[in-house]
Amino acid sequence: MLEVTNLHARVVDVEDGEILKGLNLTIKPGEIHAIMGPNGSGKSTFANVLAGRIDYEVTDGDIKFEGESILETPADERAHKGIFLAFQYPAEIPGVRPWQFMKAALDAKHESSGEKKLSVREFSKLFDSKVAEVKINPDLMKRSLNEGFSGGEKKRNEMLQLAILEPKLAVLDETDSGLDVDAMRIVADAVNGLRSPDRSFILVTHYNRLLNHIKPDVVHVLANGQLVETGGPELAVEVEREGYKRFLEEHVPANA
Amino acid sequence: MEYRWGFVTDVDSDDAPKGLSEDTVRFISAKKEEPEWLLEWRLKAFRHWLTLEADDAEPTWAKVKYPKIDYQDMIYYSAPKKPGDGPQSMDEVDPELLEAFDKLGVPLHEREKLAGVAVDAVFDSVSVATTFADQLEKLGIIFCSFNEAVKNHPDLVKKYLGSVVPYTDNFFATLNSAVFSDGSFAYVPPGVKCPIELMTYFRINTEGSGQFERTLLIADKDSYVSYLEGCTAPIRRTSQLHAAVVELVALDDAEIKYSTVQNWFPGTKEGVGGVYNFVTKRGRADKNAKISWTQVETGSAITWKYPSVILRGDNSVGEFYSVALTNNHQQADTGTKMIHLGKNTKSTIVSKGISAGFGQNTYRGQVKIMPGAENATNHTQCDSLLIGDKCGAHTVPYIEVQNPTARLEHEASTSKVSDDQLFYLMQRGISEEEAHHMIITGWSRDVIKELPFEFAMEASQLLKVSLEGAVG
Repeated sequence: MLEVTNLHARVVDVEDGEILKGLNLTIKPGEIHAIMGPNGSGKSTFANVLAGRIDYEVTDGDIKFEGESILETPADERAHKGIFLAFQYPAEIPGVRPWQFMKAALDAKHESSGEKKLSVREFSKLFDSKVAEVKINPDLMKRSLNEGFSGGEKKRNEMLQLAILEPKLAVLDETDSGLDVDAMRIVADAVNGLRSPDRSFILVTHYNRLLNHIKPDVVHVLANGQLVETGGPELAVEVEREGYKRFLEEHVPANA
Repeated sequence: MEYRWGFVTDVDSDDAPKGLSEDTVRFISAKKEEPEWLLEWRLKAFRHWLTLEADDAEPTWAKVKYPKIDYQDMIYYSAPKKPGDGPQSMDEVDPELLEAFDKLGVPLHEREKLAGVAVDAVFDSVSVATTFADQLEKLGIIFCSFNEAVKNHPDLVKKYLGSVVPYTDNFFATLNSAVFSDGSFAYVPPGVKCPIELMTYFRINTEGSGQFERTLLIADKDSYVSYLEGCTAPIRRTSQLHAAVVELVALDDAEIKYSTVQNWFPGTKEGVGGVYNFVTKRGRADKNAKISWTQVETGSAITWKYPSVILRGDNSVGEFYSVALTNNHQQADTGTKMIHLGKNTKSTIVSKGISAGFGQNTYRGQVKIMPGAENATNHTQCDSLLIGDKCGAHTVPYIEVQNPTARLEHEASTSKVSDDQLFYLMQRGISEEEAHHMIITGWSRDVIKELPFEFAMEASQLLKVSLEGAVG
């Protein structure tokens, strides 16, 4: 599904802006990978680079999705291929209704794949059922996208979009941060409900909390721009107990 | 003074000769077979204009730049060639004319069916076709060209012409009063709610011709009318002057909703050509009356336009909703005036300025609370959106309060389309162009939602088309 080799990436227009320094990762269909790491280790950068944000430049290595390099593929086309990023801080879009936004997104996906677009009636039905599924307050759907949403509501709205777009690879960028226990369960339920043999997930997180609700197949620790350790769920437990100190000490970047 | 162009000899000539003189005014009036009183009115305006021109009184306070206009190097009246008399029905309309409308996106016959809109189409200042006349007639609603109104309803025209925008009002309004060619007229009788949106399309066709429409809408007591004005113009190399005047009269308890989509030729990407749109629009709201202006301005090289409301009756309401977009080298200086005279008068201003390319966009608005306007309120919101770093947005509010009970609020913001917003939409599969469009129409929503549905769709499309090349 996803094959990342020796990925180096830097922030555009910033000197010494290299954040990812040789990241390697392979994800098979149906797998859930957790990427854990301290602040500033490059977790969000990796999530954004995967999704094709232009503020980052890949300077070396490759990202292959379903066997094809996507380095030159713009963000919207990566989305069409089935890559979804649940944002840590979803943007607010004044005057744009969530319904309208999702209809446009799904239409674009169908147009790209040559499928028939849903009619307004069909889409409304789908939308309403997914709204009920992720238990998002329907009143929020009358507002502008993410405007005046609480932190938890924004994350729930991300899960709504995930459920509607049904991507092949979903990257959740610290979706658990700032969530109370109930909201966390909603996120976990959404992910667990969407698990399937041909859908993969990357859960980017600080903490083990979310992983108590979603059982990952593989856990990675990201430090100084590389995945420095890979293991099973027990690795997340260790991080929870011991913190990141060990990983940071063992993997001082060569040029530091 | 004698006519150089009399009724009999030269009236067959379709265009007035170039230049502006009393003869030009008389020529136009003669072509229109106008009564003496109207000719006199035009001539008074023309003489006043001469004094203004002598005083160099063409307004220069707006933040727009353009080369000096040579008023003698212009044609002040032109009519399309047509065999015989004017068409009596759509069937009689020149097919080429209809085709031209189609090309401009004015599907007259289609709209007629779909939207229940009566169209009084002004093609180079001559009324081409009016539909739904029968339905309107039954209700006593008059909707016709200005010229026809002068002939058939002279008392109404005489009573209200210049009553809101006097011929001495300003340089361009005065010019219009002297040389206006045609325009639209509507009258809604007391207690009647006009069941359909009245609609007029304006278009400028002849090279080098000025277009000087005159619109007069009268909503009699306790009546309602919604009026749509849409504009398009074909590409022309030379700049064209358009100086229209619109007067609205809302008598006691009446409501007028006036919506405009203006899409005239904005000039080339390099800033060559384009329409100079110097327009005076004003409404008078009597007791409990309401006047609402909504405009989406995407065209013209220069827009100079301040649709205003004189809130002279107690409890009257004035509203102004505007989206003005300037791309490439377009300049817009637009806003409104809300003049509060009556007690408990209320005005709302929502202005959205979008600047892209080298566009310059200025909101200029005046809120004036006169001494007798007890408990007047105004809410003003001015938002600017910048696309790129070569454009400009400016906000110039004038507030004058002469009554201490007034309550005024003014909010202003300037923003850019953020990378976070764009990436968010694109990550969901929406193309960059569509993402920009979605963000911009969303941002403009408070104005666009005030438009009738069909117009709202068109306006949204216009924003998209007008920003082509500015984004992505």
